[in-house]
Amino acid sequence: MEILYKILIDPFVQMVAAPDLLAQVVWEGLVGGVLYALIALGFVLIFKASGVFNFAQGIMVVFAAMTLVGVYEILRGFGVYPTDLAAYLALALTFCVMLVLAVAVERLVLRPLVNQPDIILFMATFGLTYFLIGFGELLFGGNPKVMIAEQLHLPRGAIELKILGGFVSLQKVDIAAAVVASIMVIMLAVFFQSTRIGRALRAVADSHKAALSVGISLEQIWVIVWFAAGVVAVITGIMWGARSQVEFSLQVIALKALPVLILGGFTSIPGAVVGGVVIGVGEKLGEFYWGPLIGSGIESWLAYVIALLFLLFRPQGLFGEKIIERV
Amino acid sequence: MRAPAPDQTAASEVILGVENVTLSFGGVAALRGVSFEICKGEIRAIIGPNGAGKTSMLNVINGFYQPQEGRITYKGRTRHTMRPAAAARGGIARTFQNVALFAGMTALDNIMAGRTLKMRRGFFWQALRHGPALAEEVVHRRKVEEIIDFLEIEAIRKVAVGQLPYGLQKRVELGRALAMEPDLLLLDEPMAGMNLEEKEDMSRFILDVNNHYGTTIALIEHDMGVVMDLSDRVVVLDYGRKIADGSPEEVKADQKVIDAYLGVAY
Repeated sequence: MEILYKILIDPFVQMVAAPDLLAQVVWEGLVGGVLYALIALGFVLIFKASGVFNFAQGIMVVFAAMTLVGVYEILRGFGVYPTDLAAYLALALTFCVMLVLAVAVERLVLRPLVNQPDIILFMATFGLTYFLIGFGELLFGGNPKVMIAEQLHLPRGAIELKILGGFVSLQKVDIAAAVVASIMVIMLAVFFQSTRIGRALRAVADSHKAALSVGISLEQIWVIVWFAAGVVAVITGIMWGARSQVEFSLQVIALKALPVLILGGFTSIPGAVVGGVVIGVGEKLGEFYWGPLIGSGIESWLAYVIALLFLLFRPQGLFGEKIIERV
Repeated sequence: MRAPAPDQTAASEVILGVENVTLSFGGVAALRGVSFEICKGEIRAIIGPNGAGKTSMLNVINGFYQPQEGRITYKGRTRHTMRPAAAARGGIARTFQNVALFAGMTALDNIMAGRTLKMRRGFFWQALRHGPALAEEVVHRRKVEEIIDFLEIEAIRKVAVGQLPYGLQKRVELGRALAMEPDLLLLDEPMAGMNLEEKEDMSRFILDVNNHYGTTIALIEHDMGVVMDLSDRVVVLDYGRKIADGSPEEVKADQKVIDAYLGVAY
């Protein structure tokens, strides 16, 4: 009986007893969730438009962040001053690099593999991952770097809210990340839903030959979508890098996007956001209130258990398109 | 049989000519030196037994396949091979043997996708979905609604096409091709797998498209009754070669055609 009490009742008693603590935990979860959502967004973009699960999205985030800091250091080395000019110049150049990457991926990877089964394209993104790790280390070295958050004028410090009979502290950089993510999501969702290019993106995902027959250019669409995923990667890289440091091992965060995608649906942009937030908050609540029961460490696997449950009962996710197969 | 009579169409303007087209995949020859012409405004049928190279021929015309030899003359311009983008821009639309629709999208969005090349507003306005891009969307939507009315699929316009029965999918696919306002419409077995009633509907749509919009149509079909009723002229392929070309009556009476379909006793 005591164990049941500890699982089913005690955590909620704690929540009610210290609402300020609960608010803090939920906030931390929200923040983590926004970052998961940003990574998942990159996946969804490419999946929607080419039906390919892009394993390289994680490394693209790291590569973008590395490029940003690396280019900034080079610019500073050439004596570009003041620092914020150098930072924004580096940001612009990073976007250019992501565009070049998108064109290169289309030319060298996707174009030769047109009409191949999805699994082949998926494997190709594995290859891309390892290429980008090696290439990135060659260019920028393997040492961790510090994100140039200050030079980009990202807000610093925290807001202390005096609510719920206690203090809740909100990092300003987290608020900025949430705002940026929301704007991006709204723009992308509208864009995909009802514009010519958005429709073309979805069309390409469904049938290559039908898309070709109505005059949609596969090459153009792929460059657009990989560049869009690259832009999302740059922004994710900045936000994530500002919270820790920028290093290649960070690419494993791509794996955290998987449960988010399973929850939200592989084809839904709003789904990526809701999925990210649910996973982020669920993880933190689980860790804080239920974790101590089994000696903590829940955070690293809880998301995958949630994803597993979803796969059993609702494989298309919360917002995904219904999976329709006719034989 | 339909007017105009075959000898009159033969004299009218040629919209597409293929000359000596040879296409092979490795050692397998799909087409061997095929030549024929399609005249403006006619309905041209391509028939032949299974594996005769009919679909390959359509794929050559709209640029999916690049033949090793031969020339294609479309609207007065001669080239060795067509590209899918050039074909679409030049006003060649098509449907597919096994229906190639955008399954996750609604019927309306599928047909709107056919307007891709007609819509020109840039990426910037599209991203904002505002100003000129929105106005453009409205204009094209009107055009698409006309097509939906014409094909009598008003009731299903918001349904994801993957859920529709086969006959309706074929109709949506025709709608998407019509949305391109094509000059040359390629139909790959538009009536395959349909029941009699659906076939009659589809025949009516094909004739209407041809009469009202003056669209030139090339169609592959197995149902001989349909072919004889609809087409002005017929090309017969067998093992990648052209074995007959002429009016439906001429073709029907041709001994080589009868042999190809029924087999020959050696």
